[in-house]
Amino acid sequence: MNMRRHVAHPGLDTESILKEARRLLAPRVEEPSRRAFLARTLTLGGVALLSGCSLSDNESVETALSAISRWNDRVQAWIFDPRVLAPTYPESMITRPFPFNAYYGVDEAPAVDEAGFRLEVTGRVADRRDWRLDELRALPQTGQITRHICVEGWSAIGRWGGVRFSDFLARVGADTSARYVGFKCVDDYYTSIDMPTALHPQTLLALTYDGRTLPREYGFPMKLRMPTKLGYKNPKHVRAIFVTGTYPGGYWEDQGYNWFGGS
Amino acid sequence: MTSPDGGTIHPAWLRATHWVDALAVAVMVASGWRIYNASPLFDFEFPAAITMGGWLAGALQWHFAAMWLLAFNGTLYLVLNIASGRLFGRFFPVSPHGVLRDVLSALRGRLAHDDPRHYNQVQRAAYLFVMLDLVVLVLSGLVLWKSVQFGVLRELMGGYEAARRVHFFAMALLVAFVGLHLVMVALVPRSLRAMILGR
Repeated sequence: MNMRRHVAHPGLDTESILKEARRLLAPRVEEPSRRAFLARTLTLGGVALLSGCSLSDNESVETALSAISRWNDRVQAWIFDPRVLAPTYPESMITRPFPFNAYYGVDEAPAVDEAGFRLEVTGRVADRRDWRLDELRALPQTGQITRHICVEGWSAIGRWGGVRFSDFLARVGADTSARYVGFKCVDDYYTSIDMPTALHPQTLLALTYDGRTLPREYGFPMKLRMPTKLGYKNPKHVRAIFVTGTYPGGYWEDQGYNWFGGS
Repeated sequence: MTSPDGGTIHPAWLRATHWVDALAVAVMVASGWRIYNASPLFDFEFPAAITMGGWLAGALQWHFAAMWLLAFNGTLYLVLNIASGRLFGRFFPVSPHGVLRDVLSALRGRLAHDDPRHYNQVQRAAYLFVMLDLVVLVLSGLVLWKSVQFGVLRELMGGYEAARRVHFFAMALLVAFVGLHLVMVALVPRSLRAMILGR
């Protein structure tokens, strides 16, 4: 699955049904290519080591690669220095137009009604309550012009504004000894991050893009912006935030993308 | 370096690190092509059949697994190469004039391969080049992996986007080296025997 290619809009208004169908089908569509990748691996890669492979051996290859990916999570957590800031750029360097990117087309980006919207905050926090957008806008705001790097390799510079996430976590009385902060999104996307990154000074609960309210295509009503992580770790359309000690995974991460995804 | 029996061309550690490096490079290049295809820098893609990983996540898993093999094996090779004196004994002196002279004699079919323990100037330059190229690949790769954390390295490469290009062209040069290397091995088959058996 190419994370950048847009899915053509089929022109039906039953978006939620399609979305659900796509979610159910996606892993199965992946299967043949995953099998092909293993078959190809055996011709290109450790031929001698893996000769006479059966399916279970292939699965052990996958298990080994997943184990190395988890090891790479640990290495990245160790490399991550909370004091190191991502470079910032002048306004003239902002990429225009900033690319839209999701597992669906721009037309399918969810439209959220501000009046009815509530951000849910749960898990290991002292103050478990819902937040209205205007309450978040009333908190001290900050901004950044930073480089967004996609796991595909491309990058783009954008400007985001909003609440410093460490301020928000402090305000809700989050238990910062918990290992993870998880995010659930309006479009059923989900992801999670490590606590040190959550507390990084450039991690932003973004409410604006380029000086205006965060538009639908960039994640209205809010996205978590982290210049220290790859694009897929930056959830858009966030509707729920939870602090937890239990590994929450993520939409792409559960399919094989590296969990830490740090930059 | 010759062993006491005088017949060894390549010591065992060199042969081992050579073949592990060949495996690591094959995995890194083939999976790297798949990663490139996710967002091509230039107006072409690598045919999927010669890439590895099946899809972007699979290719990334292979790439970030083989990087450990490449890094540990490469470090071991460099340390042993320097500590044993082989690096300076076999690859130096090398000069542009010497390389040119040997290229011209090779083109006239007059470059001798009498003593496989002795590298001619073209071989010296080519092998030193590929060592340096692999170092550049690793350093530019570190910038792509951790552009925020390795800020000094990022600036040395000219920024994240420039590092992508450095990584790509260093790969292209590595592949060109491998192609030429394989042609030379085909022309002088006993060099393959020496790299397997040591003599």
